[in-house]
Amino acid sequence: MELSGGEILIQYLKDEGVEYVFGYPGGAVLHIYDAIYGQEDVKHVLVRHEQAATHAADGYARATGKPGVVLVTSGPGATNAITGIATAYMDSIPMVIITGQVPSPVIGSDAFQEVDAVGITRPCVKHNFLVKDLSKLAETLKKAFYIATTGRPGPVVVDIPKDVTDPAIKIPYSYPKNVSMRSYNPVVKGHPVQIKRAVETIFSAKRPMIYSGGGVVLSGASNELTEFTRLIGSPITNTLMGLGAYPATDKQFVGMLGMHGTYEANMSMHECDVLIAIGARFDDRVTGKLEQFCPTAKIIHIDVDPASISKTVRVDIPIVGDVKLVLQDMLKIMNASDKKLDQEALQKWWAQIDEWRSKDCLAFDRGSELIKPQSVIETLYQVTNGDAFVTSDVGQHQMWAAQFYKFDQPNRWINSGGLGTMGFGLPAAMGVKLAYPDAHVACVTGEASIQMCIQELSTCLQYRLPIKIVNLNNRYLGMVRQWQEFFYEGRYSMSYMDALPDFVKLAEAYGHVGMRIEKPSDVEAAMKEAFAMKDRLVFLDFITDQTENVYPMIEAGKGHHEMHLSSERELA
Amino acid sequence: MRHIISILMENEAGALSRVAGLFSARAYNIESLTVAPTEDPSLSRMTIVTTGSEEIIEQITKQLNKLVDVVKLMDLTEGEHIERELAMVKLNTNGRYREEFKRLADIFRGNIIDVTDSTYTVELTGTDEKIDAFIKAIDSQYILEVVRTGVSGIARGERRLSL
Ligand SMILES: Cc1cc2nc3c(=O)[nH]c(=O)nc-3n(C[C@H](O)[C@H](O)[C@H](O)COP(=O)(O)OP(=O)(O)OC[C@H]3O[C@@H](n4cnc5c(N)ncnc54)[C@H](O)[C@@H]3O)c2cc1C
Ligand SMILES: Cc1ncc(C[n+]2csc(CCOP(=O)(O)OP(=O)(O)O)c2C)c(N)n1
Ligand SMILES: [Mg+2]
Repeated sequence: MELSGGEILIQYLKDEGVEYVFGYPGGAVLHIYDAIYGQEDVKHVLVRHEQAATHAADGYARATGKPGVVLVTSGPGATNAITGIATAYMDSIPMVIITGQVPSPVIGSDAFQEVDAVGITRPCVKHNFLVKDLSKLAETLKKAFYIATTGRPGPVVVDIPKDVTDPAIKIPYSYPKNVSMRSYNPVVKGHPVQIKRAVETIFSAKRPMIYSGGGVVLSGASNELTEFTRLIGSPITNTLMGLGAYPATDKQFVGMLGMHGTYEANMSMHECDVLIAIGARFDDRVTGKLEQFCPTAKIIHIDVDPASISKTVRVDIPIVGDVKLVLQDMLKIMNASDKKLDQEALQKWWAQIDEWRSKDCLAFDRGSELIKPQSVIETLYQVTNGDAFVTSDVGQHQMWAAQFYKFDQPNRWINSGGLGTMGFGLPAAMGVKLAYPDAHVACVTGEASIQMCIQELSTCLQYRLPIKIVNLNNRYLGMVRQWQEFFYEGRYSMSYMDALPDFVKLAEAYGHVGMRIEKPSDVEAAMKEAFAMKDRLVFLDFITDQTENVYPMIEAGKGHHEMHLSSERELA
Repeated sequence: MRHIISILMENEAGALSRVAGLFSARAYNIESLTVAPTEDPSLSRMTIVTTGSEEIIEQITKQLNKLVDVVKLMDLTEGEHIERELAMVKLNTNGRYREEFKRLADIFRGNIIDVTDSTYTVELTGTDEKIDAFIKAIDSQYILEVVRTGVSGIARGERRLSL
């Protein structure tokens, strides 16, 4: 089969099994868009801003586990995509981003819409390529997908100069079945000696604790994690990125940990004697003050990226490998062994945990005249039977969604944790809805975040994406306001959101349904009505209590045992 | 602690900037960096001299290994090794020290590789300490120019960095 570069790209994506490409055309990619024209195999979704293309592909990837694919033009197309590439990079999301480039002969001459895409993306990609030669195109795409999806996943950029996609130049194409790279061979199988040491340490534990993260979701190892946790009988906490990997409604789950984690999760971290870290990277939002992190624990760490191990916290038993395979190996040994954990010690440990639990650290005022943001999330949880895909933006609303929506399945909670990118929620929800058209998809957002990619309401109309937008409208950059209240004596510098649009009219202007909800008693009915409108996007604008803060809270740089429970209930 | 890290990497455009970018992005120290193709033209060999605590060095080696273009890596300082640097030093010989500089070059086993009425250019190989010592031994007002290649190194005995 003789194809041009543009045709090879599209044919390759089809052969790779790519369902959707999220993109935006421009000069450098016109040949490629001509190859897209009139074919149905790879569906192109036209966004309204390249940032949204990357977030939508990212949302698709997080929900399906398959790589998200983006196509943008050179120069401003590439720079607009950077925020989304960096977002995916920080959370280890597999994506392939195709950027158009000016023709090879003029590279480096400050040509029209030229930007050094390989240079500018280098610090926020797993790898990137400049395709200089048409004969290398298919092979390079193969490498890009391979690198993006294996080991610790991440975004890979493929920069393609316009002459490489020239329709007049055709070469034979066949899908490259194999790829091998001498310089890239991620270790996925855990070392048996380390695994044995880990199992022995676990059997000797009196106060075991499991801390698992996004790596479990990325590895598709929820079942193994659940079996492992039940076998040990220990408490388990998830990071913000790991939510759903272990069922949140299970009694062994003690909630999220870290800065806005539960009292019981953080105290269990502080007091445990064996910590099993699984696909989590000891982020500063999680560890707090490093000197006080898990002071009495032996630490086991399973991670596919050796660089994640002992990066901030030194661990005692490192295991490099894929979570799924390592847990399977551990389960095999543990199931075959007649050893057991000290059950009496475990009982005492649980008694202690139950005492921490009894503080009810997520309690909030249920009798308020104003809509409490937490109650909106609770209602969302009830109305969707806990079965929705929930994307979110960044801020207080994100934390409340994480705390109050009990995810029982992985790949359901979709948010930007590492980079914390406002504007992520709506486009991410588009990617999710395209992947799962029959599922409930909600975007929990704030009146500030939603405005960072609001233009995508237009994309949602074009592709008929009936997302439900749950806007927790507190007229503040709430998370910023909270820090200013706590640490800047209430000097609310630039955190008030003035001159807000009428979101109901705005939704209507884009051809959707808008609702404003101002009374607590209307929350449930509005939510039900919105979700009953199966084929309409509904923008639910909840006017919430402006002064509400996210609790519990550990101040940056404090230890897990130094939490604020609420404004009345101070340091624990 | 000072470490000498040797890397074999794909001889691709941009490979050098990935390493340099890694060091600046993660605020690692870099004392010198040398790079050239090997006997296998598809591979370059890079030698990096860096300093940091053991934890930092561990992170540096892990992060370097993680770069997709890096094929193999060795911390030379973990075992016996030989290190060499080449320097060319241009000296002002106007005045009475011409003889003295010649003697000094001999003591350091340097070669005078260029001579004019008013200058000597001395070529010197050795450890970076030796080169430092030579430069220190000369009154700085007579030093016109110093060019150093940065350190490269090789492990002693059987230990080697190759595919
Ligand atoms: C406003 C705000 C507040 C936040 N507050 C909190 C908070 O209170 N608590 C909290 O937990 N987070 C919080 N975060 C998120 C935080 O910034 C980090 O993003 C998060 O803690 C990282 O989660 P993780 O450790 O699971 O790592 P991830 O970023 O999910 O990384 C996954 C790890 O798993 C490894 N991995 C990937 N694939 C595999 C595999 N197949 N096998 C083995 N290992 C694998 C990777 O190498 C990596 O080390 C907050 C973020 C924001 C924006
Ligand atoms: C692109 C971007 N800019 C700035 C920030 C810093 N920031 C974090 S939360 C926040 C406020 C978000 O306000 P809103 O969306 O209304 O959410 P709320 O906290 O009020 O729930 C800001 C400005 C960010 N995370 N991302
Ligand atoms: Mg707000």
